[in-house]
Amino acid sequence: MREKETTLYIGPQHPGITGNMMVRLKVTGDTIVKATTEVGYLHRAFEKLQEQRNWLQCFTLMCRFCVPEPDPAEESYARAVELLEGREVPERAKYIRVLVLELARLGAYMLWYGGQNGSLGLYTVGQWSVGDRNYILDLFEELTGGRVYHMYIWPGGVRRDLPKGFEEKVLRTMDYLENRLKDYDDLMFDNTIFQKRTQGIGIVSKEKAIEWGVVGPVLRGCGIKSDIRIDDPYEVYDRLDFEVPTQEGGDIWARALVRRQEVRQSIRIIRQVIEQMPSGEYYNRIPNPQKWALPKGDAYARTESVRGEVGMYIASDGGTKPRRTHFRGAAYVHGVTLLEKVLVGANISDVSPIMNSLGVCPPEIER
Amino acid sequence: MSFFDLKGTLKPLTALKQFGKEPHTITYPKVSKEAADRYRGFHYNDLDECIGCGNCSTICQNAAIDMIHLEGIEGGKGDSGLRPRVDHGRCCWCALCVEVCPTGSLSLTKDYLYVSEDPDSFLWTPGKDNPGGKEKISFFSTEETSLNVFQRVPMTEIEGTERIKSFAEVVLGYSEDEARAEASRCISCGLCTEVCPDHMHIPEYINAIANGNDADAVRIIYDNNPLPEMCGKVCTRRCEDVCAIATRGEAIAIRWLKRYATETAKTADIIHEIVNPEIKEANGKTVGIIGAGPSGLTAAYYLALRGYGVTIYEASAKAGGATMYGIPKYRLPLESLQKQVDYIQSIGVKIHFNTKVGKDITFKEIYDHYDAVFMGVGFPDAWSLGVDGENAKGSMQAYRYLYMINSGEKVDVGDKVIVVGGGNVAIDAARVSRRMNAEVTILYRRRVEDMPADWEEIEGAEAEGVHIIPQAIPIKVIEDEKGNVKAVEYLMAEMVPDERGGRPKPVAIEGSNTIIEATAVMAAIGQMGDYSFMSEFEDKIKINRGRFVTNDKQQTTDPKVFAGGDAVNSTADAISAIADGFRACKAIDEMLSKK
Repeated sequence: MREKETTLYIGPQHPGITGNMMVRLKVTGDTIVKATTEVGYLHRAFEKLQEQRNWLQCFTLMCRFCVPEPDPAEESYARAVELLEGREVPERAKYIRVLVLELARLGAYMLWYGGQNGSLGLYTVGQWSVGDRNYILDLFEELTGGRVYHMYIWPGGVRRDLPKGFEEKVLRTMDYLENRLKDYDDLMFDNTIFQKRTQGIGIVSKEKAIEWGVVGPVLRGCGIKSDIRIDDPYEVYDRLDFEVPTQEGGDIWARALVRRQEVRQSIRIIRQVIEQMPSGEYYNRIPNPQKWALPKGDAYARTESVRGEVGMYIASDGGTKPRRTHFRGAAYVHGVTLLEKVLVGANISDVSPIMNSLGVCPPEIER
Repeated sequence: MSFFDLKGTLKPLTALKQFGKEPHTITYPKVSKEAADRYRGFHYNDLDECIGCGNCSTICQNAAIDMIHLEGIEGGKGDSGLRPRVDHGRCCWCALCVEVCPTGSLSLTKDYLYVSEDPDSFLWTPGKDNPGGKEKISFFSTEETSLNVFQRVPMTEIEGTERIKSFAEVVLGYSEDEARAEASRCISCGLCTEVCPDHMHIPEYINAIANGNDADAVRIIYDNNPLPEMCGKVCTRRCEDVCAIATRGEAIAIRWLKRYATETAKTADIIHEIVNPEIKEANGKTVGIIGAGPSGLTAAYYLALRGYGVTIYEASAKAGGATMYGIPKYRLPLESLQKQVDYIQSIGVKIHFNTKVGKDITFKEIYDHYDAVFMGVGFPDAWSLGVDGENAKGSMQAYRYLYMINSGEKVDVGDKVIVVGGGNVAIDAARVSRRMNAEVTILYRRRVEDMPADWEEIEGAEAEGVHIIPQAIPIKVIEDEKGNVKAVEYLMAEMVPDERGGRPKPVAIEGSNTIIEATAVMAAIGQMGDYSFMSEFEDKIKINRGRFVTNDKQQTTDPKVFAGGDAVNSTADAISAIADGFRACKAIDEMLSKK
């Protein structure tokens, strides 16, 4: 009997990703024949809004590009503005920025632990990792005044200095997390269910990854060593000792292993940052925001996020507001072009795990 | 990999070791988490500290803050009377409002929980609707973290010891970069405009300077002030007293910025070119103006723009009134004033110099000849000290002294000058005398902080070596045998608090007589009007306590006659006179265009 082709809608709410986005599938039986992404549920016109806001006001929009890891967008924007204006950033601010970025990275990976396992029905890991992420959010709350939206890295440095005793708290949290990682290994990486549901699934070949412009852990999962922190170091990454893990295979499993190792690298970076943290100013004050004009020209800055490159392009006509801005997140490639191709041939039940492993963050697609 | 993997099956079971452990995320019974010390929760506003500048509302990108009137908050000088109301349903907790609040009154608190079905209930006025928020303030701005720029760009001046060698202008003015930097500190709240007697468009022209559009700034300035360079050099600048930035920092140098902008137009022709005034066709009506001081010149300029035939009668040889003859040239150089007067004349204002009304022409002639009359006659006479020996040679009125010096006359004051008084005229007379190589002492009956003179002038005088003796009341001028001033005798005073709550009063201490040597004594304790020129009109045009009685349109008790300047308002400063002239122009235009 010939199987009939059926159309199936997954989303816009589903366990694969944080945010709303739909995939329209054509399936025969359980096998996907064609996948079409349907976005537009989160469009808030970030780029257009920025044209109506002054250079400082724009900064508060940045965190909204990605809820789980808002800081790389803030970092890219701040650095693009500093690049265009020629504004120096104090050394201490650079270290604090790296600290924040790596903490955000850990927080996002903790959420990914939950999401990746949740998409497979392994809920215990999610309950643990979201709880552990809370310890990182506590740190953020103390440092920035906000748990999820930090609005902390801004042009010229960071918004406030480290609170008293913050470094010790960070180190204690790092020790705790490091000890916890074994539990995650037991429950997740050594789990047969996890292995069977991820190995050989959602494969992205090395050649195609390069052709399609794949970045971040997905690219590293294809065996390509690529990380902006190393390739185009910003802030103080060139003074820190860490490795960029890669895996062969290009499947969900390979990407999971890359992320597993990156968590350990982030902890390693944070410890070095705390150790090297210089004293001094944390902020090179901007002028009165109402009258703060940037010179005519444009600038682009990019930051490594847990999804890959997060780039911010700004163009100024010499005024107090951007002439045009453009945000480029990894999710645009991963969530639209890549996803549509990788899903073909996959099983329906693998849609969510694949989406999650590609690091799709819909607000990045719809800016 | 085999189908059954023992290790991979057993490992996850290690999760069981967590069984029975205390939960670390949820507590029962549920306890609300205490927010961090820097938490960005609901707003709190100290309503007494807030001045209603609206900078929070301006920076808010979500339009979550509007400024509203609150019962019991009236406002006044330096306070708009408005307070921010926040729609916490729109707020995104970025706290930029806190970062830009110039007073530091606005902050965020540790409160973060609020649940309601009524969307309107999220709209509340911080401070009024959550008075308890003060105890929970968590995210606030200090002078260090604030995004306001509290430091003023310093003004370059000639050194005190150099200054007294000549009458060269002391203040050198901002360079282009300095002016841009200073202008960019302004937050455009407009509290200054409210308090400026002339309601000049201060935020607008400062914004033009900040944007590098100096010509625009000049055009905006000339909209309601035809003597702006004079104001840019010597204005009493009440605007700076109420500047929002001054609540925690140094006020924007509004006066110096106006000076900068107007100085970019170096000649009357350039002013004409930049302002490009639209002069209406002559309407056949005429206005006679008595006195070419700031009020007269202002009325004349704007009336001429409106198509009136304007003629000014000026008793002296030059226009400018007290700004020409009362203000020393190191503050306001002749060329600067002349340039502005030339521009006013260039649009068709006629000035008859050396024509004293009441002597060279009668008031009646002017009254009968013109459709309307404006009097900007000023306060040409000075109060005397009323002490013995005041008629000695070398005892003079400070105002008269300044007049003579500014007219180019030579005045011999000897080497020891005593100036009595604490206003700007006293300081001017003292600083001019320093330039005459005299040792100068100011006797003032109250404390230095009570001196009505501009603080920068007082500092300037001290830098030039003027000695100030506060709480000193002169009681006698001592003459030598030739009738020349020899010394001044004064009593020290103690400050007695005023029972009615007014400022403390100086009361002489008996027996504290002190004698100080002097070659000249100058009284600078106030001026008064001379209205003898009005002769038969004195009954018709009412005068009360030495000043013309006018309505809010500067109209005297004779509907055809308007008045302004020192002879009307007690503030006795140039900007008030300009405001009077501008108001009178509008009223005269209104009156005459109805006919």
